[in-house]
Amino acid sequence: MSVDRNRFNRRETLKTLGAIGAGAVLPALAPSALAQPKGRPIRVGFQVHRTGIGATYGRWYERTTTAAAKLINEKGGIAGRPLEIVAEDDGTDPKRGPEVVEKLARQHKVDFVYGTLFSHVVIASAPRAGELKIPYFVVSEGYHVASGKLNRYVFQPGITDVRAQVTAMSSWIFDKLGKKVTMIFPDYAFGYDHRDFFSQAAAKRGGTVLEKLAIPPTESSFTKYFARVPAETEVLYHVMVGPGVLTFVKEMGEHFGSKRPKIFGFIDSLEGVDIASPGLEFLEGTYFWEAFPRYAQGAPAPQAQTYRKLVGVNDAGASVADPKDVSTFSHMFGCWETLFAIKQAVEKSGYRDPTPKDYRALIEYMESVKAFPEGIEHPQGAKQFNGRLHQCYGHQFVSQVEKKRLKVVHRTRIEDSLYEPEADYTKQPL
Amino acid sequence: MSFGPHLFLALLEGTVTAFVLAVTALGLSLVFGVMRIVNVAHGEFFMLGAVLAWFCASLVGTPIAGFLFAMIAAPAVVGALALAADRLILRRIEYHPEGTIVATIGLLYILQQAVLTLYGPDARPVSPPVYFTLTFPWFGYSGYKLVVAAISALLLAAVWWLLTRTTLGLYMRAAQQDLEMAQAFGVPARRVYATVFALGAMLAAAAGVLVVPIQQAHYLMGLDPLLLSFIVVIIGGLGSVKGTLVAAFVVGISDGVVSVFFSPTLAKIVATLLVAGVLVVRPGGLFGGDRA
Amino acid sequence: MSGRGAARLLALHLAVLALLFLAQFALPAYHHTNVARIMVLAAYAVGYNILLGYTGLMSLGHAMFFAAGMYGAGLPVYYLGFGAASALGAGIAAGVVLAALFGLMALRTSGVSFLIVSLMFAQAFYLASLYFNEITLGDQGFILSDRLAPLSVGDASVGFHEPAVKYNGALLLFAACLLLGLGLRLSPIGRVLIAIRENEERARLLGYDSYRYKLLSLVVSGGVAAAAGASYALLFSYAGSTFASILFSIYPLLWTLLGGVGTTLGPLIGTGLMFYLVDVASGFTSAYLLVVGVALVVLILWFPQGILGTIRARWLPWLP
Repeated sequence: MSVDRNRFNRRETLKTLGAIGAGAVLPALAPSALAQPKGRPIRVGFQVHRTGIGATYGRWYERTTTAAAKLINEKGGIAGRPLEIVAEDDGTDPKRGPEVVEKLARQHKVDFVYGTLFSHVVIASAPRAGELKIPYFVVSEGYHVASGKLNRYVFQPGITDVRAQVTAMSSWIFDKLGKKVTMIFPDYAFGYDHRDFFSQAAAKRGGTVLEKLAIPPTESSFTKYFARVPAETEVLYHVMVGPGVLTFVKEMGEHFGSKRPKIFGFIDSLEGVDIASPGLEFLEGTYFWEAFPRYAQGAPAPQAQTYRKLVGVNDAGASVADPKDVSTFSHMFGCWETLFAIKQAVEKSGYRDPTPKDYRALIEYMESVKAFPEGIEHPQGAKQFNGRLHQCYGHQFVSQVEKKRLKVVHRTRIEDSLYEPEADYTKQPL
Repeated sequence: MSFGPHLFLALLEGTVTAFVLAVTALGLSLVFGVMRIVNVAHGEFFMLGAVLAWFCASLVGTPIAGFLFAMIAAPAVVGALALAADRLILRRIEYHPEGTIVATIGLLYILQQAVLTLYGPDARPVSPPVYFTLTFPWFGYSGYKLVVAAISALLLAAVWWLLTRTTLGLYMRAAQQDLEMAQAFGVPARRVYATVFALGAMLAAAAGVLVVPIQQAHYLMGLDPLLLSFIVVIIGGLGSVKGTLVAAFVVGISDGVVSVFFSPTLAKIVATLLVAGVLVVRPGGLFGGDRA
Repeated sequence: MSGRGAARLLALHLAVLALLFLAQFALPAYHHTNVARIMVLAAYAVGYNILLGYTGLMSLGHAMFFAAGMYGAGLPVYYLGFGAASALGAGIAAGVVLAALFGLMALRTSGVSFLIVSLMFAQAFYLASLYFNEITLGDQGFILSDRLAPLSVGDASVGFHEPAVKYNGALLLFAACLLLGLGLRLSPIGRVLIAIRENEERARLLGYDSYRYKLLSLVVSGGVAAAAGASYALLFSYAGSTFASILFSIYPLLWTLLGGVGTTLGPLIGTGLMFYLVDVASGFTSAYLLVVGVALVVLILWFPQGILGTIRARWLPWLP
């Protein structure tokens, strides 16, 4: 703001003084004000499960995405350009999924599409992303990316896959809990991954899977399944998803009471649900796999605390605004880390426009990445990245329920979760 | 678990399922029997009962107060909604069978999406009014589930009493047997229809209130009860309390017992095909056969 | 119908198809694929309309025919390496066989009973697709694009990912189904079907075996639905249980009603309009399926004849 000395008057003076004053104070308040991103935005299309069975996750995915985008823009954007998130609801519907990819890519003309979680939607949508030749970053936890079944445009750099999780957990379970395991899992693809990979691991480590109980996804009452758990079961392994998870856990407690085997569950069974809920008392002493421990432990790393604050989650993993609103803490960090991975890929590959040349550079760069260090960009922990499988690998956690909170008892090494690669996307043409 | 206790558990579960199913399906059965229409939105009335129960529980302090409040408020609200639907939609299309199906499918989506907008996509728990566990030597069992069975039995008895001992019940049975004749005898068909539709909805809502502490309230929870109610109604015959109860038991217990030996998905496939088979084979079609 | 009248109607339909053909050169990229999807789904609705609009039988189970086509085409490609043409044939065959079997059992019933039987069969089919997930891969589904050999056109080979292939493939399918529907409607068989729709007793009294005609109608209807399902899988590269669920049986009912029951072009209008209504609504609210619900209620209350049906009743009685 300049002062026209020829038109000196009090109003102008005050305005100028105000501007000078503000100019003196503002940099102290907002150090990055000078690094404001500018220019054409980098547009990321967010395929979000706002409705349908995935909605609980979708809600938290959206909050985390917004927080990550805000931080990225506060720190100067991506390659100096603002990050813009364009969200479209896919209804957790495999019919709508590819239509949403189409809309994001061709109507909204985004640079990348990201954010899908449920396997069936990912599998239905990925081919379209491949045909449209637009990078598709999924936050899905499914093994489908690393399995090679999708295409070279699909990446999962922000969240580990279920095969890695099961591999890592199986060693711990057979080592520490028992060798005779009964599995309870949902009767669809996500459940079969658990069933198959855990059974493979059992064969290798001298464990036995006594019984595999597949529960139809629409089931609302689970008591009859618990009756089929063999008496000689040492460990009950459960991973349930969907609206009935709380019922599942409650009925498990009612059924077994105090005479129970050791119980190991995946936190998927309780994402979005408060462990201190009435009816869950019997979970005391049972174990859970966590990707990112819900309860802040001991002396937590500062970047993890910053992450919590920015996403709006308290030390118990619930919303700061409403402590009864428990987050999907072990999944949503995938959105945060994926957005930062996209940022890194754009900046390091020199990506500028959605052209085949720039996409190739970006994809080849991603495929060359070997690791992501722990930090504010990857608060869950350090990652390894396998460029041929397009999949990241990370630490996994075992937590035990102690006084209605989850206490970490073991953190795996990244190596514990690795498996024989079965694919190589780099061999596919773009 | 060895066979004996396993069977016992299956029978317990089956009994609870059967009673709840009977209350849910009875509403559909009455509407079907008296009005000769299929209400595809029936499951959504059930879902509304569950969601309203959550809402009531959040307004009131203790679970038991919430439950009692819900048992009165939820059927009342849902009944009023049903009356409105009857007045504004069904009556206008004169209860045309196929038109009603289309209209009630539309109503299904409207109710579902309205709940999605106002209540959200999450599944939320409701605490049971009473919470205790029965400990058998082989397993524990939720005491509340038995309370549900008991209350359902009471509701069924109340409806039976309504049908057989009151004037409204008389009108309903008359309209079911022969509407024209009934009208000739002075039965106010329009009002009976409206009342029956509301009553069916209220029963579904009551079932929702009863069940929600066992499951959670979720905007998509109405589909499964709808399909199961169809199955019960078709096997048990329309408009018959006894038939509905018997069919609900057949379905509930066999589902529990069959799932012991076979995959539940397979059991559902068989049940669904059986129902289709019953319809195909039954002489006189859907509306033939015995009454109340 | 006089020869000249029939020729005029044929010209009208060919004009519509020509318009669709030309549209691909004018449509912006996003809408290009949308219209391709709409045409395949409209073919599904055309199949449904043959049963509902011409014969008067309402089914809530057509998803099983669509899914039979989808799996009938998709599974051979995925496991046996079938090419597109033989897969399409297999898909149609699967639908025809299923429709015939279903008809033999279910056509003893009518009206509401038929509706519920169709619903139950379709539900059993859906559950079976989940139960046999070792083969069908259940609701997760499977991808065809990497296993489907490209089409060979003369010396060149064009892959299914090409937009032109998707659009024109969809158009060819829709054209075939539309003209089949028109032909049926104008033929003597079609006239008997309409007579059955209007008053089955009278048709029987006139000596027509209504059961055989209904079975034929159901088989054609199921076959067309299966052709649409097979094409959807081949063109858009995905097959999964979701397409066998109840929602997929409700869609063709909705689209047909909206466009005009018993009109040949109604299904196309209904499908396209609903697709865009949902697309636009999803920009404003997460509850965009509300549009579906409201549309159904409004239609049944005030426009039971749908768009083209109302136009036909008021202004253009010669519209088929």
